[in-house]
Amino acid sequence: MAQDRNKARQSQVIDENLKRVYQDMLDEKVPDRFLDLLSQLKQQQENGNHEGSK
Amino acid sequence: MSGDPRDEIVEHLPALRAFALSLTRNGALADDMVQDSLVKAWTKIDSYQPGTNMRAWLFTILRNTYYSNRRKAGREVADVDGIYTASLSEKPAHDGRLQMTDFHAAFAKLNDEQREALILVGASGFSYEEAANMCGVAVGTIKSRTNRARARLAQLMHLDMGEALEMTDGATLAVISGNRTASVG
Repeated sequence: MAQDRNKARQSQVIDENLKRVYQDMLDEKVPDRFLDLLSQLKQQQENGNHEGSK
Repeated sequence: MSGDPRDEIVEHLPALRAFALSLTRNGALADDMVQDSLVKAWTKIDSYQPGTNMRAWLFTILRNTYYSNRRKAGREVADVDGIYTASLSEKPAHDGRLQMTDFHAAFAKLNDEQREALILVGASGFSYEEAANMCGVAVGTIKSRTNRARARLAQLMHLDMGEALEMTDGATLAVISGNRTASVG
């Protein structure tokens, strides 16, 4: 039982640190290249639609 | 009136990058993978079922890209951030906040499948079932991957939690001490 408690505590510590690392990555600013890419893709699609592709 | 689901992709960009970075541990490689995944997601939007979890769908595309690249490369991507590994020695502070460089280093030592399972379940908040679907494996497989990943991290971080080490059985102790000896050289 004590072993289970320790294991649970270990998992908790690991997950807390994991979430902190992950959150740091989430907080990074998304580079413009991805926003540019998405608007390019959208632009292409709209041009395609105008040319009458279904 | 339902909009184009593709307009929602942008909301998941930070998460997609974080997932890519967790898998590759290499900024340039991660961003290339995100780029490929975005193009794939855009062109294969028909395979997305509106109303389902778009983040899970995008993550699935990204991991498929990663593993197919890895297969093409013929072997597992090397420990690109191996520099960190050298600093993997300090014990965690007593408040449980680990040294971040050490944690990164330990995290990088997990195999791809373990790291992925841990990020999906431990950090991103997906359920075991969702993670199993995304990885195309059984729920039990995801559970055992996350458990093994946590155990390995605890071991790499010397996260013995005081008396926990005394409670550990002999076999595990042997593994731990064996690894220490091996890593010292």
